Order: sequence, then structure tokens, then C-alpha cells
Amino acid sequence: MMAARGEVLVAGAAGSGPALVLDQPISFWGGVDPKTGGIADVRHPQHGENVAGRVLFLPGTIGSSSASAVLLELVRGGRAPAAIVMHEPDAILLLGLIVAREMGWPAPVAVRLDRAQHAGFAGNIVAVEPDGTVASRASHVPGA
Amino acid sequence: MALDLTDEERAVAAGRDGEGAAMAMRILAESARLLGATELIPVRSAHIDGALYHGDSGTLFAERLVAGGAKVAVRATLNVGALDLTGSCRVRLEGAERDMARRMMRAYRELGCEPSWTCAPYQAGHRPEKGTDVAWGESNAVVFCNSVLGARTNRYGDFLDIACAIAGRAPDTGLHRVENRRARVVFDVSALPAPFLSSEIAWPVLGSLFGREIGSAVGVVTGITGHPGEDALKAFGAAAASTGAVGLFHIAGVTPEAPDLEAALGGQPAVATVAVTPAMALDAQRRLSTAERADRIDAVAIGSPHLSPRELDALERLVAGRRLAVPLFACTGRHALDAFGPDRRAALERAGVVIVADTCVVVTPIMAEVAGGVLMTNSGKFAQYAPGNTGYAVLYASLADCVESAVTGRPVLRELAA
Repeated sequence: MMAARGEVLVAGAAGSGPALVLDQPISFWGGVDPKTGGIADVRHPQHGENVAGRVLFLPGTIGSSSASAVLLELVRGGRAPAAIVMHEPDAILLLGLIVAREMGWPAPVAVRLDRAQHAGFAGNIVAVEPDGTVASRASHVPGA
Repeated sequence: MALDLTDEERAVAAGRDGEGAAMAMRILAESARLLGATELIPVRSAHIDGALYHGDSGTLFAERLVAGGAKVAVRATLNVGALDLTGSCRVRLEGAERDMARRMMRAYRELGCEPSWTCAPYQAGHRPEKGTDVAWGESNAVVFCNSVLGARTNRYGDFLDIACAIAGRAPDTGLHRVENRRARVVFDVSALPAPFLSSEIAWPVLGSLFGREIGSAVGVVTGITGHPGEDALKAFGAAAASTGAVGLFHIAGVTPEAPDLEAALGGQPAVATVAVTPAMALDAQRRLSTAERADRIDAVAIGSPHLSPRELDALERLVAGRRLAVPLFACTGRHALDAFGPDRRAALERAGVVIVADTCVVVTPIMAEVAGGVLMTNSGKFAQYAPGNTGYAVLYASLADCVESAVTGRPVLRELAA
């Protein structure tokens, strides 16, 4: 079982769920449906997956300054990732979590972890702790 | 080095001035920490892009600030909303969404923001002085503010824009710092023919090429003789900021931080030079269109960024009292309509022009849903965003060709690049 210690970027509740490891950076605005959490960007390799309840591994983020609004909308609608693990901090996206916390809406923790370590978590149930520990708990069998 | 807040800033964050001001200061401080800033700096004004409805959470956020007694500490103009509050045109947003969009626009007014509702605040009397720090949102407004006015701002997105306006501060990072404002890349257009460079389409076309080539770097355009006019620079910056993450450009001999090429480069050698050829310009123009071979058009949209009074004058001259065969959506702000006057506006509307105020056709549903619809525009920014946001395929053309096409209902394309 994999385990790594990430740096906490935005404090939040511990979260666990099936890993969703993105192969390419994504723009939340236009790339993720704010109502469902579905990846809507048809050119993205993970198009058709859904971020809700997943431990989301982001190799990078691109695009619009409204990414924060999309993430806030996901948190409020209960469709946010269970935790966010990202290669480098993105102040615009993470602003969605900062604002959610201010609004009193339970928001997931976000940690920084080098993208070279992301792939090892694919296919597992992963837990992210408030101290930044990222650990796989078990293999994830889709549909099981 | 960690973020160091002053005693004053700490007191505000702890609630001295009320819960709304505290929330804004905490959001600002957390963002500054993520950006790696070591301190906050005062800003003189703000332009707020956060009042455009993307979902109920944004409305609830703004209303929380209002309930906490927050007010903006500096002049803050508002970018477009999702509704036309002047009633000029009908926005097809219904029921609960319409209600929440309206509540959102009202909440930002209650925070003390000015109801400018325009993406061209710099033509609506909001022009910060060269060298002053401000906190602006909306990509075209950011790039104009930095490049043409010489004021200093980063690209402030949703939530952070209003937090900066309430706190009157911004993180000391990025384009607020002089060392990050000098050009690294030269964009040389001297090989392009003079007739093209003096045409209207040169600026949106070159802007979209500049954005793709330069990305997030700071670039300087060289090879331009004479000031092309503010509307041309507006079109260039908007196009550049829609194809790349451009926050600041210089034009040697034209923009305030570039009296000449050497000054724009800060006396240092360029990291790279893009030598623009006529073929590159022609290719950039072609890429603005997604429906090259259309034999009809369904609508024309102009005014991204919002039309200035001078651009409304040009539209009136080109329409010349004729009746349009397809609707021409003219997106603009209250400032320009006031200057233009109600009688001239009524004459344009009788001809078939649809005036869109406070908002625009790519951010909210205004144009009819037409399967396989074709939209003609002279805006590089509309050309970039219309296919994804409206479903229309785009034909890019000059303003004169847009008007002729609206009169005939068929594409008239007389101006080609280079």
C-alpha cells in the first residue's frame, strides 16, 4: 500500500474515496460541470469521469479565473472531490475551498504532492488526512 | 518567507470592522499565502468580475458579505452581469436562476460597487493613473489597465476581486512588482504590409496571434508607426487575453511603459523574438473563423469588449439608415448609450440592431437557439468564445463587412489579412 506525506495547502476535513488521477491539466471552468462534477471537456483524457467523492489528483490546472466559482458550486451541491491532491498550488482554484470554509460549508482538504507520485495511487481507495498524509487503503474495483 | 500581516490587517481579520470585512481580509490573506506574497499592498481601485451568475453559491457568498456589513474601501466598478437591467434586450434565463442572478447583481450594488456593468470600465470613466496599484478582474480590462493605462494589476478572479476591494489591499506579487513588468519577448510586425497594419482587422487578428505565441509572458510589439487609437488597443488586448494568459503587453512607441523598444525590454536582451510574416497573419485570421464556407449568416454580434461611443458612431455610419436582414447584436454599456443619445439609438433599433446593455451575448443566453447557426463578428474575443458558449459557428470579418452581411443576410468578406 502506498503512502506519502503531502504539504497541506488548504486545511479541511479528512477525505477518502476512489482515486481519480488525471493524465492532463484541466480547466475547471468549462472543463467540469458545476452541477454534477462530471468532466465535460471532450478533449480531456478523463472526459466522462466524475470528480464527486473521488480523491482528485491534479497534475496541473489551466484556464479561467472562474475555476474557484465552479469548485465552490461543487462543494455547496455536495459534488466536490473527497480531497484534492495537486502538483503545485493554484490560488484561483483553491480560492473555492477558502471561500467554502468561510461560508461554513464542509470543504475537502487540499494537499501538494509531486505529480510523479500520483500514478501510484491510481486504482486504489485513497485517504487524505488533515496533516497531509495521502495513503491507499485498498484496491478499488469499479462498480463493486 | 511567510506572509506578514500588519497589526491593522490582523485586527480587521479578527472582526474589528465587522464580520464582512473580516471575511474579505481572511480570504485575501489565505490567497496571498498561496501566491507566495510576503505582504499586502494598498490598492486605489477595483473592477469586479464576480457579479456574473455561475450558480447559487456565488450569490450566497455576496449576500453573506452584505449581511456582514461589508463595503468596498475603494472605487469599484462592476463588470457585466447575467441580465440586462436596462431592459434593452430579453435574456432567456428563467425562474430560480433569473431570480438568483438578479439577487447577485443587487448584492454587489449593496457592497458599494458602481452599476457600470461593463467590460470596458476604462472607457466609462474609470482610468487609474500610471504606476498606481489596483485590483481588477475581467481579462480584457486587466490587460488594458496594465498595458494602455500603465496602472498595475494581476488577473483577479471571482471572490478575490471583491475581497481586495473591501480590504483595499492586494497581495504584493506578479505585475504589481516593477521587475515583472518588463518585456521578455519581442513580437515584430515590421514585415507586414502597411495597408494591413492600418486596417481595423489587423488588431484583433494580431492580438489573437500574440496571445497564442506569447502565452503568459510579457511581450513588446515592434514595427508599429503611430498610435492606432484606443479602440484598436482594446481589441488587440481582448483578443490576446482570450488566446493566451496575457496580462500585460507593450507596443514600442505607443504604450506608456514602452517609449521605445529598449525601454520596454528594461535595457536587457530579449529572451525570444517572434518575426511575424504575412502568412502567419493570414493564418491567424483564418483561425478566428470556424465556418469558413457558410453561404448565409443567422446573426451578427459586435461589442466584445463593449462598444465605445466612437464605435457606435461607426456602426451608425455603416448602417446608413438601411434595414438589416438578420439581427445585429450591439453589446455596450450605459456610458456609451448615454453619450450616443436616445434618438440615434432608436433609429438603429428600427433598422434591426439589437442593443445589449449591462451584459453580452456570450455570457448569458440572448441569441436565438439555431441548430447549425452561423454568427459573424469583428471581435477576436467573440470569435474565440462564441462557438463553445453559444453553439454558433463563427465567421470573422471587419465591422464594415459585418454590417454589409447583416443587410444582405449573406457573408460579405472583402477584407483579408496581409
